[in-house]
Amino acid sequence: MRSPRRAHDAAAPDEVESAAPVMTAHRAGLVGCRSCGRAWPEGTKSCARCGAALRTPDRKGLQAVWAWMAAGIIFYIPANLLPMLRTESFAGLAGSAEATILGGVVQLIQHGSWGVAAIVFAASVVVPLGKFIAIAWLARVAGRPATHEAAHTRLRVYEVVEFIGRWSMIDVFVVAILSALVQLGFVATIHPGPAAVCFALSVAFTMLSAQSFDPRLIWRGLPLRDRRDRTTTG
Amino acid sequence: MLHEGHYDLTTGAGLLACPRCDALHVEEDLRAGETARCVRCRTVLARPHEGAFTQIVALSFTQVVLMVAAVFFPFLEISRMGIGNATSLFGVALAFSHGWLLPLTAAVVAFIVGLPVLRALLLIYVLAPMARGGRPAPRAASAFRMSEMLRPWSMAEIFVIGTAIALVKLGGLATVRMGPAFWAFCALILVGVASRVFTCSATIWDALEDGGARTDGREVVPAAPPQPADGPRG
Repeated sequence: MRSPRRAHDAAAPDEVESAAPVMTAHRAGLVGCRSCGRAWPEGTKSCARCGAALRTPDRKGLQAVWAWMAAGIIFYIPANLLPMLRTESFAGLAGSAEATILGGVVQLIQHGSWGVAAIVFAASVVVPLGKFIAIAWLARVAGRPATHEAAHTRLRVYEVVEFIGRWSMIDVFVVAILSALVQLGFVATIHPGPAAVCFALSVAFTMLSAQSFDPRLIWRGLPLRDRRDRTTTG
Repeated sequence: MLHEGHYDLTTGAGLLACPRCDALHVEEDLRAGETARCVRCRTVLARPHEGAFTQIVALSFTQVVLMVAAVFFPFLEISRMGIGNATSLFGVALAFSHGWLLPLTAAVVAFIVGLPVLRALLLIYVLAPMARGGRPAPRAASAFRMSEMLRPWSMAEIFVIGTAIALVKLGGLATVRMGPAFWAFCALILVGVASRVFTCSATIWDALEDGGARTDGREVVPAAPPQPADGPRG
């Protein structure tokens, strides 16, 4: 059996890339705690150091990923169709407008604020759609054999999704600030629309979906200890 | 008790599994300023800092104070055609308090005020006793795990960027003045970033373990399969 290797800054990355299969907790019959990193014998229910539940990385966990993502997609649809903001100016005489997410972006472009339009478009359209696609792809390919480069790409995609997910909430905050601030009675008032709730829920569900994805699945073909694994570990 | 560098592949003692890729590493104490990265996926496993606990406690305390200021001082003020409106942070959160948008109010309050404060208090609770060299407080491990779990849901910095976008959207329509709460919130973000730089969860878990929170001696682990006599221990 190979002995585990030491972690140190000294280990050059290229040396790592070319390395033979790394000893993993799963191959050693252990299960690693995702919260604090402690390794425990397989079958242990919870980590005695931090109290987190221990889970072996297997495709069962992907069900939660798909479920949360479905919820996220379901709420993303009304978030785009319903109005995000309702604006009334001059007591509705000068017109009251309801703006959806895309409508708001179009308004910003008409005002010439290209930069802000780009940020809002990215945060509320590109990022959510990109997240759905990225998580679906990760969950599809999880556990399938991958080369080292492919695994690194998948991990990078996962890290980007995990980092960027919460930033979609920006749109909800903008709506909150605008409708709290623009209460100018006769002149102009802004009210939040139902899309704000749908959008917030969609973002929250997508965050949960990304959090339930276990990145350890990226690194190995499942079922985890098949013949191939045995031959490589010797 | 184990000597540094000793490990036991049957129980996992002295080993760490990378939370991202499950690669096993032999646990070693790092000096301040050193960085341990996973040999396979290069995820940072530990990066201790000199005097980090005291600094984190101080920064968390600062965060609480700034948040109190941010909540009670005026946040933004707007005026157009002689009609003005001012709002506080709570005003922003209460923007959704009409009809069935109400639950979103609770979520927004939690995201921008509640969870940042809760996380700061939890970190103080966990680290303050250990910064003074004492034993960890009761249930410190659960408190720290909760604080780590809530990290993605505390969205103060996203709220600040949301404010910036709202200001740009309002730019042409009305005059906006930033109140003290706005600046307190900006300072809060900087303090939060500084606190994040000093936080190394592996170091905190080790300190909790060494302090004997609930974990000294791995005998507390229910030995899953019947095992032969344990490997050599130091």
